[in-house]
Amino acid sequence: MIQYASIFLFVLGLYGLFINKNVIKLIVSLNVMEIGLFIFIISIGYVGDNAIAPIISNTQDLGLIYVDPLPQALVLTAIVIGVGTTALALAIAKSIYNTYQTFDLDEMEESA
Amino acid sequence: MRKLFGLAITFALGLVIILALNNTVNFPAFGEVNLSERISGAYLSEDNVEEVGSANLVTSIVIGFRTFDTLGEVTVLFISSLGVAFILGRKKQKRMNLNFKPNFMLRVGSNILLAIILVTSFYIILHGHLSPGGGFPGGAMIASSVLLLYLADDRFRSNIKGFKLLEGFAGSLFVIIGLLGLVFATAFFANYLPTGTIGNFLSAGIIPIIYVLIGLKVGSEIAGIIDNFLTEEERA
Repeated sequence: MIQYASIFLFVLGLYGLFINKNVIKLIVSLNVMEIGLFIFIISIGYVGDNAIAPIISNTQDLGLIYVDPLPQALVLTAIVIGVGTTALALAIAKSIYNTYQTFDLDEMEESA
Repeated sequence: MRKLFGLAITFALGLVIILALNNTVNFPAFGEVNLSERISGAYLSEDNVEEVGSANLVTSIVIGFRTFDTLGEVTVLFISSLGVAFILGRKKQKRMNLNFKPNFMLRVGSNILLAIILVTSFYIILHGHLSPGGGFPGGAMIASSVLLLYLADDRFRSNIKGFKLLEGFAGSLFVIIGLLGLVFATAFFANYLPTGTIGNFLSAGIIPIIYVLIGLKVGSEIAGIIDNFLTEEERA
């Protein structure tokens, strides 16, 4: 069921990308899309109600049921890259503001 | 008009995603997954776990089996911090002025908090192979302590040259440790140290060393990004 919530977040971010004209709001929409994807990937690894976190204390524990560690590892990677891209996008937004004194794409076109 | 158009496209895409997921046999329902049918089953097998020796299986994937991916990821973060420095960094820099004057209590209290944040972040980095966490969250915590100092002290300016030096040092040591795997073992980033007992602090071979280096590198990179955002061009 949580997969539908993550799809909702993803398309919500996409809708935000369509309708917004403010650069900061576009970046926030991208982040909402990203979080939707993260929740979706994590939810793929969910095994069942009795599954536990993939941390073992000795090799006898391997008989227990664990959630899938691979999506968690991939999302760990993706979160860090998301931080990097968001920082770069915000830097570009700051330099846009220094040039045009506005964050709005329409006002930028008028002044250009 | 644009809002309606966007809404229509969004609805269509959401419908396509849901229908595509519902109709395939490859995509099981939420919570009804058999890990032994997936590639993750191999990561959970006893041979592979003992070969890496990390108690945290996510770490054993990120640093054990997929270290080369992690090297690429650290490179992406490095390039983005380089891009931020390229876009925002100018020659004459001074730090941004705060809208309020921090008082004595705020400065002293933030120093106490700084010690706690740093100790916690180093704990998280050092126990990355035993408990949840590791180099990436720990590095982000180190950077958050730098942000705390920037917000609580209006005269604070981080030692950006030191961070650049630390970043380069940690990154090159990361690659050198990987290259030593070609000498002492057979492959790039092969584990050539004894793995020890699973669950001990000194276990998992090169994984704790690599995670400490990643933590320092991520911390200094994000601290550099924060510094770039909180400085501005000096107006004469």
